[in-house]
Amino acid sequence: MKYKTVIGLEVHVQLLSKTKIFCSCSTAFGKEPNSQTCPSCLGLPGSLPVFNMEVLALSLKAALVLHCRIQKVMRFDRKNYFYPDLPKAYQISQYDMPLAQNGYLEITDDDRLKRIGITRVHLEEDAGKLIHTGAESLVDFNRCGTPLIEIVSEPDINSPDEAYQYLTKLKSILTYLEVSDCNMQEGSLRCDANISLCPVDSAELGAKAEVKNLNSFKAVRDALKYEAGRQKRLLEEGGRVTQETRLWEENKKVTLSMRSKEEAHDYRYFPEPDLPIFEINEEDIETAKRSLPELADERKSRFVEQYSLSDYDAGILTSAKPLADYYEKCLVILAEPKEVANWLAGAVMAELNARNENFSSIKLKPEELVEMIKLVRDGKINSKAAKEVVLPEIIEGGKKTSDILKEKNISQVSDEGEIGKIADEVIRRNEKSVNDFKEGKKNAIMYLVGQVMKGSKGRANPKTVKEILEKRLSE
Amino acid sequence: MDVKYTAELAKIRLNKEQVDKLGSELNDILSFFKNLKEVDTKGVEPLSHVLALKNVFRDDIVKPSLKKADVLKNAPQKDTHYIKVPRVIKG
Repeated sequence: MKYKTVIGLEVHVQLLSKTKIFCSCSTAFGKEPNSQTCPSCLGLPGSLPVFNMEVLALSLKAALVLHCRIQKVMRFDRKNYFYPDLPKAYQISQYDMPLAQNGYLEITDDDRLKRIGITRVHLEEDAGKLIHTGAESLVDFNRCGTPLIEIVSEPDINSPDEAYQYLTKLKSILTYLEVSDCNMQEGSLRCDANISLCPVDSAELGAKAEVKNLNSFKAVRDALKYEAGRQKRLLEEGGRVTQETRLWEENKKVTLSMRSKEEAHDYRYFPEPDLPIFEINEEDIETAKRSLPELADERKSRFVEQYSLSDYDAGILTSAKPLADYYEKCLVILAEPKEVANWLAGAVMAELNARNENFSSIKLKPEELVEMIKLVRDGKINSKAAKEVVLPEIIEGGKKTSDILKEKNISQVSDEGEIGKIADEVIRRNEKSVNDFKEGKKNAIMYLVGQVMKGSKGRANPKTVKEILEKRLSE
Repeated sequence: MDVKYTAELAKIRLNKEQVDKLGSELNDILSFFKNLKEVDTKGVEPLSHVLALKNVFRDDIVKPSLKKADVLKNAPQKDTHYIKVPRVIKG
């Protein structure tokens, strides 16, 4: 029998507000344990939650780009359970009146657009962090109360590769929006996957497994591949899939049943009495819409059209928002879209890659980069010197292009007298190439140009060199 | 009303006597709700919240947190940085 894979993803994303969702503690990552807590996020008696306005603004942006219908009234509810990372013994979440519902995200599947439905987007607070050591677990409450949105997809995903694509697209959109940094290592994006198999012609879904402990997009894809195979074997052998939670074991590349009593979930949701309801009116939605930045796909099309860039260059330059922003900052100073694109997508990216750095932390000021590009354009330095001498210096930030030019003695020499002297010397020493050229092997001149460049320590203007050589050899 | 199940969810231990006593008390409470059901609510909008307030926000401005020493003060078990609890996962 042929089976169809049915996958739904639940993605938790940390929002980039400065403070927690219901109190004024900082959300900064990597601080000393238990140094960012207060009576509210510790659940001490008498403390009350107050909703962070920025969290609403950020989550509205996310819900809007996911084409969701924003609810007119949203409410917070208590989800009750006991666990040491949850000091109040309930998580403030949303149940039947979430922020937004019924959206979609488009992925590209074999060059065809495929729409993955978004069931809902709701707000909730994160729990603390547990570190399991020996006989004890250690609790750090810094993360407790960090704002999250949970994005629940419809079971519209039909392969592990589609799941991977969905996550990649979601991350691209949310980082472009600057709603989240979606850093899986730091836990600012987490994903659980529901997967089931059913006969291709069946309308009824099979029993599903919920897969947890997925620490990278690759882990999501690997775990889903494994799980689809496991379920297929079970069904083919006439067995049944048990509805359960399974954990991905990264080292062994298998999923294992969690087998815990926790299965009997009974969260007893009820409206959070400490928070009022929130009305979201048309004006709020319009304000959020106006604050939406141009997203990667739109920006790429615009770059192709407005700046006459190739699809490839536009794709690279819009792959991350800081890079695209940087490019346009350069263009304000120097309106040479093609030239700036070549430098940025080429030499600058290569230099950053070699240093294992990425664009979001670039220290090179657009002014200095543009200064270097101008020097090359105006023939003051050649592009080799720019790439190999100037760029590695200015990319560290702090140094000015003009200072390096003085310091390194790399100004391009276009003076005919000076180049002429070197050319005469090269012609004298390379009889064979000279004769080859005179006998019609026009390419032989390139060797001579190279020798003159070498003689000038790379400072000669290659164009002038070629002209001078041609002139002398035809005399 | 399943008293034992409710007690388990609330992580409290009850003896036989308490289960019986609470069982009858809880049944009484539930029966009060039956009285409410008799009230005519035709034309009354459903209430989504008991508070008459709406849209109460704060700005996204960091304020000082508690000192770590104070945070750890109430914990029955702790080390310099963390609150300690019995190990919660097997393995």
